[in-house]
Amino acid sequence: MQFFGGSEISPSPSVPTTTGNNAHMIYVFNRNGVCLLYREWNRPLHTLNPQQDHKLMFGLLFSLKSLTAKMDPTSAEKGNLGVPQLPGQGCSFHSFRTNTYKLSFMETPSGIKFILVTNPRSGDLRETLMYIYNLYVEYVAKNPLYTPGTPIRCELFNTALDQYVRSIP
Amino acid sequence: MPPAAPRSGDAIFASVERVNAELFTLTYGAIVRQLLTDLEEVEEVNKQLDQMGYNIGIRLIDEFLAKSNVSRCVDFKETAEVIAKVGFKMFLGVTASVTNWDADGTCCSIVLDDNPLVDFVELPDTCQGLYYCNILSGVIRGALEMVSMKTEVTWIRDMLRGDDAYELQVKLLNQVPEEYPYKDDE
Repeated sequence: MQFFGGSEISPSPSVPTTTGNNAHMIYVFNRNGVCLLYREWNRPLHTLNPQQDHKLMFGLLFSLKSLTAKMDPTSAEKGNLGVPQLPGQGCSFHSFRTNTYKLSFMETPSGIKFILVTNPRSGDLRETLMYIYNLYVEYVAKNPLYTPGTPIRCELFNTALDQYVRSIP
Repeated sequence: MPPAAPRSGDAIFASVERVNAELFTLTYGAIVRQLLTDLEEVEEVNKQLDQMGYNIGIRLIDEFLAKSNVSRCVDFKETAEVIAKVGFKMFLGVTASVTNWDADGTCCSIVLDDNPLVDFVELPDTCQGLYYCNILSGVIRGALEMVSMKTEVTWIRDMLRGDDAYELQVKLLNQVPEEYPYKDDE
């Protein structure tokens, strides 16, 4: 899907950073809307405080998922708009692009949602998100000191993530 | 590029890091032994094993989904097949089969061909009520709960108690769809 304009980031296109980091930020949510992780590498403009920002992001994705599932021309059964869906059921959008950024999304059947915001020239990042999911499994799910459902405070995960993101074209 | 296709249990089992089977069996045996000493009551031990399995299951599901790349199962029948063919193979290296479907399609039995947890194990007379492999029922229950299915998992046949096979009954209670978690107060 392509949307034009209307984003809250400033209208001038983002200059590629000198650090070579093409990703702007990443959000990880669980099925209850708890923001497990938020990291930013390149975000020139902050408009909302973090709680509102996370709620907005989660709400946006929830609505978009619902909308794309209901508008699916190939699916036979459709509930009414707003009826809750099982995660992963029905079709699910995976990215949208504006003139200043691209947002890629992946949801696992267990309800973990990965959102990656990158520069608009990025290609299909589904494999990237899958790799990040594998990193999550290795460093977070298997971490005995981590309680599921709480924000991730794991240095190794952050480091591995930063390193991987730096290598995204 | 479209996402990768789901991988078979054998392929994943070959690619993950594995631990020595005997080490695994003996460690599990030591855990059960210690639980029996600490808790003394066989029922308590059963419950504790189930709870431990549940805690494992809620994390294991993510590893399973990440490594096997299966998309959401359409119905419970497919879920049970995936657990038996991919899940058990991937984590324990054993194949299992699904039988005994009831009329609704909400209850089935998973029969394990062989069970690495129970090698070298004999139940003494004092522990006759013990479900030695109860951790497996907790794991399945926990994992399915994280994919919105509330289930009840019980042991039907247990070779340590004299039956001829290991059979788990998995019963789907209900599916809990995702709801918008924030209240509309802002």
